[in-house]
Amino acid sequence: MNSSASKPWLRLLDLAPVALFAVMLVVFGAMSDRFLTTGNIVQVLVQASSTAVVAVGMTFVLLTAGVDLSVGAVMFLGAGLAGKMALAGQPLPLCLAVMLAVGIAAGAVNALLVTRLRLVPFIATLAMLHIGRGTGRWVTQTRAMNLPEPFLLLGSARWLGVPLPIWMAGTVVAVAHLVLTRTPFGRQLHALGNDAEAARKAGLPTGRLLAAAYIICGACAGLGGILALTQLGAVSPKFGELYEFDAITASVLGGTSLFGGRGKVFPGTVLGAVMLKCIFNGLVIARADPYLYPVITGAVIFAAVLLDSLRDGIAKKLARRRIIPAG
Amino acid sequence: MIASTEDRGTTAEPSDAVRFDGIVKGFTGVPVLKGVSFGVAAGKVVGLVGENGAGKSTLMNLLGGNLRPDAGTIRRDGRPYTPQGPDDARAAGIAFVHQELNLFPNLSIAENLFLRDFPRGPGRLPWIDRGALRAKSEALLLQVGLDRDPATPVERLPAGERQLVEIAKALGADARVILFDEPTTSLSSVERERLFALVAKLRDRGIAMVYISHALGDVLRLCDDVVVLRDGEVVGAGAATSFDHDRLVSLMVGRQLTQLYPERLPRTHDVAPGAPVRGPVLEVSGVSQPGIVRDISFQLVAGEVLGISGLMGAGRSELARILFGLDPHGTGEIRLDGERLDGPPGERIRRGLAFLTEDRRGEGLCMEASITDNMALATLRSHTRTPARWLDSRAVDLVVGLMRDAVRLSPKAKGADAVRTLSGGNQQKVVLGKWLLAAPKVLVLDEPTRGIDIGAKSEIYQLVHRLADRGAGVIVISSELEEVVGICDRVLVMRHGAITGEFRRGGFDREKMLAAALVAPKP
Repeated sequence: MNSSASKPWLRLLDLAPVALFAVMLVVFGAMSDRFLTTGNIVQVLVQASSTAVVAVGMTFVLLTAGVDLSVGAVMFLGAGLAGKMALAGQPLPLCLAVMLAVGIAAGAVNALLVTRLRLVPFIATLAMLHIGRGTGRWVTQTRAMNLPEPFLLLGSARWLGVPLPIWMAGTVVAVAHLVLTRTPFGRQLHALGNDAEAARKAGLPTGRLLAAAYIICGACAGLGGILALTQLGAVSPKFGELYEFDAITASVLGGTSLFGGRGKVFPGTVLGAVMLKCIFNGLVIARADPYLYPVITGAVIFAAVLLDSLRDGIAKKLARRRIIPAG
Repeated sequence: MIASTEDRGTTAEPSDAVRFDGIVKGFTGVPVLKGVSFGVAAGKVVGLVGENGAGKSTLMNLLGGNLRPDAGTIRRDGRPYTPQGPDDARAAGIAFVHQELNLFPNLSIAENLFLRDFPRGPGRLPWIDRGALRAKSEALLLQVGLDRDPATPVERLPAGERQLVEIAKALGADARVILFDEPTTSLSSVERERLFALVAKLRDRGIAMVYISHALGDVLRLCDDVVVLRDGEVVGAGAATSFDHDRLVSLMVGRQLTQLYPERLPRTHDVAPGAPVRGPVLEVSGVSQPGIVRDISFQLVAGEVLGISGLMGAGRSELARILFGLDPHGTGEIRLDGERLDGPPGERIRRGLAFLTEDRRGEGLCMEASITDNMALATLRSHTRTPARWLDSRAVDLVVGLMRDAVRLSPKAKGADAVRTLSGGNQQKVVLGKWLLAAPKVLVLDEPTRGIDIGAKSEIYQLVHRLADRGAGVIVISSELEEVVGICDRVLVMRHGAITGEFRRGGFDREKMLAAALVAPKP
């Protein structure tokens, strides 16, 4: 096997997210001098905050080689309930707490389906997607709700000159990064994602680890919903739609493997989320045809998944057993 | 400290760290261990040798808690030891260093060493104490003589160093008994010497070790005692100095040939007298793939049963995958009926190649589909009716019905039954039937009787012969030497990806064949 030749490629593919990001900045920067202004950068970061938080949760699940398709629907259900309560005059903190609680509860149900009933994550969370969105529509009667002023104030508030959503997203990312890199739980999660059977044989509590990943993902969906709500100030029937795909794309763009066991919240997933919003923002600024947006986003997703599959292929080749002994 | 089967009644010696007493274990009625007794004392290395299928793995699985014995007892330091799972083995201070290592390549050395119980930071916080983790890891790596930063990801380590990490892991878990299963297969000679030095050091520290290997020279050099298993029985045991290479080989193979195999006369010619002279049906010349197989050349004539023997991991299955186009090959050429054979597996099937994989459940059958559907799968094209190429299900039923009688599938099984419900032997008959319907020119059978009971085995052997008599070239890949000797006209032996011996029926010599498969003793 040409392991000596494959290893540099593996390193290069690990650097791909950063390289892709740099190329994108240069291209959009050249197309419009408005793109790299402080104002625009802050705006992109605010727009990316909710996606980033949801994607951080998604990264936990992707690390276990699973997936959570229900995050967008869970955001919608939480927002619908919170909107109802806010319009009924409930205090703001309680409304926000309910959104978080809905996320955690949905994550717990997903965890139960995946660990106890051993459903395939794709199917279990697809079911949760429909349940969440259906219940949300029932709660809101499919009517848009404009929320009271305090919600929007939360989204535009600043501390030390930095918008609150960026602070919140930053905190979530920092905690998640530390949990994944510095706690036994985080490292065991990586082991589980690499080889679930080996993790079980090594005596790790695989069921508990898996369940925790889905619950964390649900909680992040709840938090991401709060962030999105404070920026939009309204709950429409389309609230949170396609967030699951943005979150998966952001994670994979940031170098998280769909095959499990490999991925970083920082800089990886954060970079991926910012990149997604940058593409959108850059296309708007460059006055591209709006019909092109989904095509270009699709191409980026394709490139990201292709990179992941290339990386996995090379890693598998490296891991293959040699039969003719060396030296 | 070592007891052969004759004195299995003796009580455990207190010095034995692990002792097996009269262990019996069978799978679905087929006995694998028939009363095995021996012990391993603290500070001793016991070499466990035997052919593939002699029962070594089963013995290790019993010790590791993955299986439970049907009869007999295992003692650990004189106390009865009845593990219910891997955790119990770990708690009893028993660790395994397998050929396939149980490391997580995406984690660092240190993380692999302490994955189960990371040193925690102050208070009850869940943070890893990174300083302590590094210090403890460095101490363990020092013990095994691995000079690496503990933060290095395991995926960057060569095979030999990964093994040292595995041993360090065992030491970190306070293992007092360590089992090595073919530890040298993927090591370079330098790495092997380092491993041997480490084993000697662990012996001085009073650790009991079992060393399983086909490298008999290594076993004789490294071990204090040797236990020879054959057909689930201890056929030789004693101090390593009382054995030599040749005696070990003859103990390992000394088995009676049973009525299991149908009669097969030696082929005096490659072509039957009077028949038109034909070239070989399959020609393989100089096929190499870096790291996998090296310069493989052989020919297969119509009507011949060619065996490919060798130890596990010798490259037999890999060769079959290359023949079938599942894996690429670098140099060399494969010809079928004189014409170059390349392209994807589907095209090779159309040209008359058939492959019965060693993974019957995963690759050979659609487990949930019916017997009829599975059998017809390879020949669906020939049962279609023009113009729209609809499947003619009556024709399928008819042909499959004839074939299921031909392969003597259990009459209780209905054509619509899911293959999952059949026994291993009947499943294999379904796969064979599928390929027999396709009437292949060359049929490659990879471990055709693994996990199959004796009765079904014998019927499968007859089918193989019938197929060959009808003019197909058959290649039988098997890790059981007896099997290839029993049914093949000619046998190629592989070692480390190369062909190291060729034997013809009439000139079969089990000891020479085994010697060709084993690592050659150093001159």
